Amino acid sequence: MSRIEVTPGMFSKAEQKKSLKAPIVMAVVTLFAFVFFAVLGPTTEVTFQITESDAFVVLPDLALPSNALGYVTAAIMVLITIASLWFGVTKKRVPQMFAVVYGLVAIVALLGWLAAGADVPVGFLLGNTLVLALPIILGGMGGIMSERVGVVNIAIEGQLLTGAFLAAVIGSITGSLWVGVIAAMLGAALLSTVLASLSIKYLVDQIIIGVLLNVLVIGVTNFLYSQLISQDNAGLNFPGTFNRIEIPILSQLPIIGDAFFNQGAIVYLTFLIVPALWFVLFRTKLGLRARAVGEHPLAADTVGINVGRTRFWWVTIGGAVAGLGGAAITVGNVGAFGREMTGGLGFIALAVVILGRWQPLYVSISALLFGFAIIMRIWSNQINPVIPVDFITMVPYLVTLIAVAGFAGRVRGPAATGKPYEKN
Amino acid sequence: MSKSKVKEEKVENESTSSQVLREILTGSPVRTILSIFVGFAVGAVFMVVFNADVIKSFGYFFSRPGDAFGAMAKTIGDGYGALFRGAIFNTQADDFAIAIRPITETLRFAAPLILAGLGVGLGFRVGLFNIGAVGQMAFSLIGVTWVATQVQLPFVIHTIVAVVVAVLFAAAYGAIVGFLKARTGAHEVIVTIMLNYVALNLFSFFLRTPGLLLEKEGGGTPKADPALETAVLPNLFTDQYRLNWGLIIAIGATFFYWWLMERSTIGYRFRMVGFNANAARAAGIRVERTFVWAMAASAAFAGLAGANQGLTAVGGVTPSIHANIGFDAITVALLGGSRAGGIFAAGLLFGAFKAGGPAMQVVGVAPEILNVVQALIVMFIAAPPLIRALFRLPQPPKRKPISEWIASRLGKGGASIEQKASN
Repeated sequence: MSRIEVTPGMFSKAEQKKSLKAPIVMAVVTLFAFVFFAVLGPTTEVTFQITESDAFVVLPDLALPSNALGYVTAAIMVLITIASLWFGVTKKRVPQMFAVVYGLVAIVALLGWLAAGADVPVGFLLGNTLVLALPIILGGMGGIMSERVGVVNIAIEGQLLTGAFLAAVIGSITGSLWVGVIAAMLGAALLSTVLASLSIKYLVDQIIIGVLLNVLVIGVTNFLYSQLISQDNAGLNFPGTFNRIEIPILSQLPIIGDAFFNQGAIVYLTFLIVPALWFVLFRTKLGLRARAVGEHPLAADTVGINVGRTRFWWVTIGGAVAGLGGAAITVGNVGAFGREMTGGLGFIALAVVILGRWQPLYVSISALLFGFAIIMRIWSNQINPVIPVDFITMVPYLVTLIAVAGFAGRVRGPAATGKPYEKN
Repeated sequence: MSKSKVKEEKVENESTSSQVLREILTGSPVRTILSIFVGFAVGAVFMVVFNADVIKSFGYFFSRPGDAFGAMAKTIGDGYGALFRGAIFNTQADDFAIAIRPITETLRFAAPLILAGLGVGLGFRVGLFNIGAVGQMAFSLIGVTWVATQVQLPFVIHTIVAVVVAVLFAAAYGAIVGFLKARTGAHEVIVTIMLNYVALNLFSFFLRTPGLLLEKEGGGTPKADPALETAVLPNLFTDQYRLNWGLIIAIGATFFYWWLMERSTIGYRFRMVGFNANAARAAGIRVERTFVWAMAASAAFAGLAGANQGLTAVGGVTPSIHANIGFDAITVALLGGSRAGGIFAAGLLFGAFKAGGPAMQVVGVAPEILNVVQALIVMFIAAPPLIRALFRLPQPPKRKPISEWIASRLGKGGASIEQKASN
């Protein structure tokens, strides 16, 4: 039996030549938004609550008819589409920022349409988006760290679940949230060492071992939950959550202040980890070596880099970061652990790594998109959605599919991802 | 005859890493049995370590060590004894008819696992990792539930139409994956994961929307009407046993899978692409098209599993009807080495786990331990070095690379030529 065919870039080998795919996708979405949100849009008023009522600078709420907002957003989307078309025609790459801004405008348009006749609590949505996206962001950082050195990490789901479980249980037993967080990171890192050693030393297929680790962790946590925790929920599964810490001046910023700078400790840790990972990967010798191992292990080996060791440590530390993401689910958000509470967040993290093109910042933004979809599902239940909730939930997955299939420009991952390296 | 010869030669042309995967998929029976044994052993350790009685008896271990060992033995005996009674033969039953009920339950749970496992296994043999059995089942369930609840057809024909619709729905959904892989190079792992969520959401939308699949009268929970009498898969024996025709479908599908993969031309193409896509392309096989067909065929088996679930659901289909079978199928296919017989046997084992779970619950052992055992068994199968190290099994002989193989062949001829020359 052959091993699973691994294409350059592992998850996509969309053609490298400049193409008009991105503007075409944008044009289709813009047309859709124009027809449904503007022309056919409801004329009832929609109110964006931009600042909390107790904020330092209280900005007035923004209220305007839903279809007027539809026209405005559609116009901006047309402009961005034309700009990216120009990039396409002149055979330049469409800057990533264009896609991000386009996505933001599209989200505002969608919000204005969905919430016609109701209020949009911007601060509430943003804050929850961030908190719900946190495990995806951190899982994505773990994913970047292992894929950048050439190991596919399907086990992010298992690492998140391990982290969530250990943070809640150890945090409850010891009575210290920080001990719980450290246990979560160590546990997930330990899980990563299994993935790392089996795939690096014994050349076991990375995807298979990742899938199996997920099954294993789901089994173990479910077993321990039924056998032990459910007997003594108060003593073993009641860790509490991190207190909110208000950052002085920043938390008074309009729109994003309260959402981004009045949060728990793990949020601020994430604010540090994302740029730090970017810096290490792209501005230090350590990162250069890691990327060399992921792109061309033979060349890296030739210049004296220990490929196996580099991969092992990056995968392991990546696991610790994902474990922190798991802790963010329990002690960072809801407190107690629940059966299989990650519910596929690890797989979303896997998708986000590709959507964000293995770049920490863009991966985080993609993760926020998914976090936003989750809070939209919760929030839109309260406002009588015009379209079924299931379709809102589906959007990020479809976006990822479009991106992976190469319809939104070039997506190319580290060349050696998924390939075991054998020294001859 | 000549085909199998060609296959032998292709086998030689591989790197060591592909040998590793082949080693997983064609594991020796000894290693399989050892893996199952170790899986159960580790499961026993878990049961003992996290058992309240055992923990208590260790409190006074040094005064009465017998208690601790007694408690340990009792826990393991209780747990696995209950598994046996729940999955194979109920020794506590009053009459024989009730005593053999567990084995029929095992067969009932095994049927969809075998069907979906065949699908995943087919993918493996073409070198495709189909994680999408969950989504393919969900998508097929939309079709099968609609046919079973909203279409009026005579008995037997109704069932057949429902099954065919399930297969077609799933195959179409799977073909999308193959198409995207063939056209854009998108990796099937990520595509199938995304399509899983899309299908699950779509399925939930259909189930909760009045006029689509939501039950005509009932509460607000997403749930379909029960399948019409004419559509349900009938029970095989008396109504005392819930075992149904799903098992017959599974047996039939297993034989079909064997014929397809080992005897048919298209199966030969599938395997050839799996062995070495580049060589297959050089030999004139249209690899991209093969990906599409293989994904469709792989998903079709998952569709059969979906039909089995949709047509046997008591009281109507709910969003959780897929019961994680699509993920379990991956472990079934890995344990079964992607061979027809192996997958059937693996499906039976994991079906027994599902059937025996409730009985374990009764004696105070959380049945989730069986998922741990399941994962461990397959992990030991998938990581041959682990089990070899544990039992000090010999390293398998390395296959020679093709260059050496040719050299050895030439060597023989060359030697005789040399001999002639010297003579």
